[in-house]
Parts: sequence; structure tokens; C-alpha cells
Amino acid sequence: MGTRNLTSQSSGDCYFGDRTRGCATEVPGRGSDVASNFPASKYRADFPILDQTVNGHPLVYLDNAASTQHPACVIDEISRYYRQDHANVHRGIHELSTRSTKLYEDARSAVSKYVGAGSSDSVIFTRGTTEGINLVASSWGSAHLGPGDTVLITEMEHHANLIPWQIITRKTGATLQYLPIEGDEANVNWPMLERRFEQSKVSLIAFTHISNSLGCVNPAKEICAVARRYGAVTLVDAAQSAGHAPIDVQELGCDFLTFSGHKCCGPTGIGVLFGRPELLADLEPYQFGGEMISRVTFEAAEWKPGPHRFEAGTPHIAGAAGLAVALEYLEKIGRTEIQSYDHHLGRLAYERLSALPGIRILGPRTGRAGLVSFQLGSIHAHDLVAYANQFGIAMRGGHHCTQPLMRKLGLQATARASFYFYNTESEIDRLIEVLGNAIRYFGA
Amino acid sequence: MELDELYQTIILDHAKRPRNFGELPPPAAKGEGYNPSCGDEVTVFVAASPDHKVDQIRFTGQACAICMASTSLMTTQVKGKSFAEALKLKQSFIDFLTKETASTAGLGNLQALGGVKKFPQRLKCATLGWHALAKALNE
Repeated sequence: MGTRNLTSQSSGDCYFGDRTRGCATEVPGRGSDVASNFPASKYRADFPILDQTVNGHPLVYLDNAASTQHPACVIDEISRYYRQDHANVHRGIHELSTRSTKLYEDARSAVSKYVGAGSSDSVIFTRGTTEGINLVASSWGSAHLGPGDTVLITEMEHHANLIPWQIITRKTGATLQYLPIEGDEANVNWPMLERRFEQSKVSLIAFTHISNSLGCVNPAKEICAVARRYGAVTLVDAAQSAGHAPIDVQELGCDFLTFSGHKCCGPTGIGVLFGRPELLADLEPYQFGGEMISRVTFEAAEWKPGPHRFEAGTPHIAGAAGLAVALEYLEKIGRTEIQSYDHHLGRLAYERLSALPGIRILGPRTGRAGLVSFQLGSIHAHDLVAYANQFGIAMRGGHHCTQPLMRKLGLQATARASFYFYNTESEIDRLIEVLGNAIRYFGA
Repeated sequence: MELDELYQTIILDHAKRPRNFGELPPPAAKGEGYNPSCGDEVTVFVAASPDHKVDQIRFTGQACAICMASTSLMTTQVKGKSFAEALKLKQSFIDFLTKETASTAGLGNLQALGGVKKFPQRLKCATLGWHALAKALNE
């Protein structure tokens, strides 16, 4: 493992200094060596689902931004848990409950270590990124937002990091402002960030670490530093970065960070919200019921301290156990190595796609992660994705839950190829070949 | 190949060169169709004759080949029909795509969209324009 640093490797001056450099993490000359030696085929063998044919062709799974696949160790752990250890967590005296409680709380420690949380009390299990953001918008937002307050987000946010803020600002009388994206590369106008803080009372800024539509890596550390100077709370949507790069919440300097298990080799239905202990301490619960109380009378109830205060009801125990194994698996491969390879695939795909006639690729040329969203001539994304599927290629076509962004870019839908460390360069060759055939097929 | 059944020559032709493409000015009735899963939008304009027949029909929108072709073919088929006949054709077409035993009577070149039966996720694409038509006729 390399040092744990900001995923974007954008450390330092890149975004306020030279915007054209983007915020890519690559160290010139070094990243590509690491990437070309990365044993993707070896890791690929750990994923049973990838070994199959679809429509008579070997499966080429390029929909990792929507959900990644599971190594056998994660599948086995979930099965083992249900076969050997399952019982409800907490309060149980019997053996199985003791085991499941230990497994669940050990998973919390594993997540805490994975994101550098410092204490597992800062780690709340959720259903996923969406719930993590809703929890903050609802609990933190209701308590801290009012007329005169501003919530700042970017125009590239996923609906999950947009609608909760629309709702809570409307409810509380606060204002929702957007940092605009600009130009063909759709970069955020980061120099405007400081001005927004000067002009408005920004109480919270929420932003995506890696855009699921554009593929760009945002300078999370620098944004958090600016926000901190103005006393604003920060929320990092790490859905696309947590499984793809080293993440350290102390290094990032964020207040909240949230991600989903199923985008980093873990199960669906389990996610993580990190919150700074001092913020969680006086935060009201998000849902109410069992597991989250300390004392209940017919008239009133008192809450447990965090993180259990935010986990009403029986949690997804198997999900947490599976997630812990997934994160351990990623650590073994090395997140710095995964990141280099991920960026390598993104760069390679960008270069190869650029050579296709009539292509429009969204997002920056440099400073991008391993996903490429594009429009190919006049071929509609759904037709293109249906065509690719006929040759075993799994891509996504649509607005990628970023309708306002797509509208601003003058698009309805794009096709998106998103990579993970088990994808190979030859799969990109295959993608390019099939897209070339699609151009002829549709006469675009 | 199944794909060729889906994208028959006539489909690709209508998708690339949609017939009756454009708007009709008021007082023509207008019906909109929107598919939230892909963002496809189709608007159908119908100018009625005094005896409640489709006198003129045009459409605008941005959509996939299946949706564009289906809507384009629809406009060529319903022109001149009474509202009741047009709505009946809509039902026959949907039955044709969704029911095993449905008759193909009266469908004409709409049968070219039969490939959609093997791609149920594209059913919405094939019917979006027809739902927009129904809205326009009900206006």
C-alpha cells in the first residue's frame, strides 16, 4: 500500500493554480508503469460472474459506475454468515447473537480503518450513498438551516446529492446555490468557490468526489479547506471514489463522507456515512424505533449515542459483513494501485474513443477516473447500448441520474463505459471494435 | 441475428428520416410523451377535421430509433382515420407487442416493430408516441 492520501492526487495547487491541468492524480511517467504491470486478469479470476457469455459472446462488464461485481470471498462470507452466525444484533445474550454483533461491529471498525475515521463511533451504516445524504440533509439540515443560509452544490451532482438539498432548503427557507460547470469539458468553475463563500452565508457544501456522468475527479481536499476557512460543513459524495482510490477523511478534511457498498465489491443495501464525532454528537436521529434508543417510557424516549442513534431497526448484518470482506480485499490489492490502473483505463478509453468519427465525450480530457460517457454520432444511447449488449458488452445508456447536467450540456442521454480493476485493455479494444460496427450498422 | 429483427431496414429508415416531423400550429391538439428512464421526449400534434378525423398529424422530439420509427410509422397510419379508429389501432399495436396470440390485422408496416417482443425493455420506446397521440386526441 502506498501512502493514504487524497484520491484525486490533486493535492496542492492544481485547481486554483492551473485549471487546465485538471486534478488528475497521475504522477507523469510513473502511473503508466504501475498500470501496465497491474495483473487485472489475475484479479478477474476472483469474480465468478465475469466468467460467462452473453448473447454468445464473452461478457464485457463496463457498468461498474452503476454497480461493481463481487469476488468469491465476499459471496462466501455472506453465505457463511447465514449458514453459521445469523441472529439479530445487540442485546442478545445467546451465542449466535454475540457472534453476529461482533461481526457487525467488527465491520464498523474495518470501515473506520478503510476511510481513516479515527474512531468507529464516526461510522454509521446506511442503505447506501442516497440514504447517507438524506440522513445529513434531514437531521443536520433541519437543525442548522434557515432563512439566510445557503447550501452549495455543483451542477454535476447525481440526483441523490441534489434532490435532498432541494427539499430541505425549501422546508427550512434556506437557499440552494449551484457552482456552474463550464465549457466543453464541463469543469466546475472552482475559482468561483471562494467568491460564493464571500457573497453568501454558505452553511454546507456537498459535492461529488468523482462525477458519475463526467468522470472528472474533483479537488475534494482543496474544497474542504476553503469551506473550513469560512466555517461551512462539508459533505463528500464518495460513491464513485471509495472503491477506486485511497480515501482518508482526515486528509480530506471533510465533515461528512458517504458511499455505497455495492460500488466497491460489497453487497447492495449497505452503505456508509462518516460523520465527525462533534457533529454527530448533537445530531437528532433520522429514523426512530428499535436499536437506537437508550430509555423509553409511554411519554418519551432518549437516544443512544452515535452511531447507533442513526441505525433504527435491524440493520443489514450480512451486508456489513460482506462489505468488510470487500474492503479487506481491496486493501490487499492496494487502493493506490487500483487508482492508477483505473485512471489508466479511463485515459486509454478516452484516447481510443476520441478516434471514432462523430464522437462527443463528456468531461475533461485529463484528470479523469475510469469512466467515459459519450454520444456517438446521431446514434441514440439506448440504441447503442442495445447494440453493444448483443455482443456481450454491458454499458449504461441514459441520463445517469444527472438530468439537470445533461440538459445544460444539451443532451438527453449518453452511453457510459465505466471500468474497474478487473477490466482489461483488450476489453477496451473489444468496445472500440463493436462501437465501430455500430456506426456502420446505424449508418450514423 | 435478433438485433436485425429489432432494427429492420424500415425502422432504421424511419428513424433517420422521420415522416411528418415538425409542429402544427394551434388550434391543433398537442400530446406529450416522456420516458423518465431515458429522457426521451415526443410531442404529437393533431389537427382534426370537423367530423373528428385526423386531418393532419405531425410530431417532434428526440428519442431512440425504436421510438422515432414507431411514432413516424404511426403518423403515416392514423392520418385520415377517425379518432375512434386511431385509438383502436393503438390498442391493436400494443396487443401485438405484448400478447402472444394477438392478431396482426390492420397493422400494416407497423409489424416491422415486432422485434420489440424479444426486447421487453424497449416496449416503452415503441409505445411512447402512441401514448402521446392518445393524449392529443383526448385533449
